[in-house]
Amino acid sequence: MSNVLIVVEAQPDGSLRKATLNALTAGQQIAAKTGGELHAVVLAKDASALANTVKEYGVKIVHAGSAAHLAQFTADVVAPAVAEIAVAIKAEYVGAAATQAGRDVMPRIAARLKAAMASEILGVVGSSAADLQLTRPMWAGAVIATVKLGTPIKCFTARTTEFPLAEKSGAGEVKAFSPAAPAKALQKVVSFKEVKSARPALTEAKIVVAGGRGTKGDFKDVNGLADELGAAVGASRAVCDAGWQPNDLQVGQTGKVVAPSLYIAAGISGAIQHIAGMKGSKTIVAINKDGDAPIFQVADYGLVADLFKALPELQAAVKASK
Amino acid sequence: MPIKILVTAKRVEDYESKIKVNAQGNGIVLEGLKYKINPFDEIGVEEALRLVAKHGGGEVVVVSVGTKDVHEQLRHALAMGATKAIWVNHAGPLDQMTIAGCLQKVIEKEKPDLAVLGKQAIDDDQNQVGQYLAEWLGWSQATFASKEESMESEAEKSKQPALKLSADAKTLTVVREVDGGLETIECTMPCVVTTDLRLNQPRYASLPGIMKAKSKPIEEHTPATLGVDGTSKITVTKMEHPPARKAGIKVPDIAALVDKLKTEAKVI
Repeated sequence: MSNVLIVVEAQPDGSLRKATLNALTAGQQIAAKTGGELHAVVLAKDASALANTVKEYGVKIVHAGSAAHLAQFTADVVAPAVAEIAVAIKAEYVGAAATQAGRDVMPRIAARLKAAMASEILGVVGSSAADLQLTRPMWAGAVIATVKLGTPIKCFTARTTEFPLAEKSGAGEVKAFSPAAPAKALQKVVSFKEVKSARPALTEAKIVVAGGRGTKGDFKDVNGLADELGAAVGASRAVCDAGWQPNDLQVGQTGKVVAPSLYIAAGISGAIQHIAGMKGSKTIVAINKDGDAPIFQVADYGLVADLFKALPELQAAVKASK
Repeated sequence: MPIKILVTAKRVEDYESKIKVNAQGNGIVLEGLKYKINPFDEIGVEEALRLVAKHGGGEVVVVSVGTKDVHEQLRHALAMGATKAIWVNHAGPLDQMTIAGCLQKVIEKEKPDLAVLGKQAIDDDQNQVGQYLAEWLGWSQATFASKEESMESEAEKSKQPALKLSADAKTLTVVREVDGGLETIECTMPCVVTTDLRLNQPRYASLPGIMKAKSKPIEEHTPATLGVDGTSKITVTKMEHPPARKAGIKVPDIAALVDKLKTEAKVI
């Protein structure tokens, strides 16, 4: 049996993090090729409510691990609990969404299972368990590699922009289990400074307006246009390094990877590391004073202009055309 | 209380390199590439040096796995101020399990209090070794270490470490970049930390540092002498470039842009 196990992630309020639905689709694609079953594992202080949500999405069995020591989703306690279920169901593939939490816990789970791992997978190729391979980006997405994992159990994180959200397709079963508490706690979360915003989440927004060094830290016009469009705000590395915007808004190789239908890059020169995080967008608009900026090579529509003049004009034009 | 820290120095292509897949589609064109220390590892070296400076001295041991070429990266870390270098001599494909296995064995010999690694190498972008290492050692893990202060802050200018070690050296407090914000965690020492971009701005090596680094010894091992399986469990069967985006157009003004977005792209 070549079963597939997906690790479910919750939001701070305990509800399902949408990225898990992208990971479930990756899991379905793998299970379809291996002929195995798709399972999921939910870990929380009380995992039952979230498990009941997840079972609707084409999952055969959701393993609901409830325990006091799982109140926080830290890698030291998540890894043994996931590994326990992976072994019990004879999973061949264990995966999660490539969110920060997924990136944190998944390699530790792989270590526990002596499994090789492919990070940020973009696709699944092959027709059976024997010849199944995964594609993944290297060198900031300059190269797409096809890789074969050679361990009995294999792990992955799935890039959310490359797999559609799983849809509801009949209820699976929920099985409760009680993960054993570790001998001693290794780490604990003591505080969380949330970036609060009334705008949509960067990785889920249909439109993103991003600002770069050209803003000189003044995001008034970027924010204004974003609000007119109902868009999320993003930023380049330079902006976050300077402390002009929270790190959480950084788009790029080492930040968020986004693929909205419209990405507007204002005052962003377009380093390959930034482009790695947004080139999957359906339509890209670049506004930059420098007509030779590399961002224009990936933009569908380029406007050589001062962003402080262009953005308010664009905002007014969008408003007028509503 | 002196502190001993293990850091890494992976040899990677310079981040500004133009990476091209070779004609066989099984690797990249190596000609003309420049190599550097993985930038995230360099941040790890910097943080280790700051911690040692703050906590009354100690040692920073730098490790790299690869051919003799990695001596260049080990010397770079030594020139920044690392005290000792360890080279794990290995040619050919290398996966994260082998690297983590080698680091585990080195740590068991060197017995550092803390390991600070780059969160990912900018060549394979895997982001795995720190987590494997933490699990196999049974240590706490603090991935994506960052800080609340910006690169322009006074704390950064005065080269203060962002990782906070408690007075009794039993707990490490780390600010992490997580989904939706910054999280602060307390880790029981020993701990594996992986660095994110904004943990610090690494120093430049001084000329005396570079001169001194030349005479510092480099200890040699191999995966075999460390007792680690050096065969890669990950096989890259194909490499290719992603499809290029089709060239776009320049629009003369906002009116033309809005028109295109409405009638052609249909995204607003």
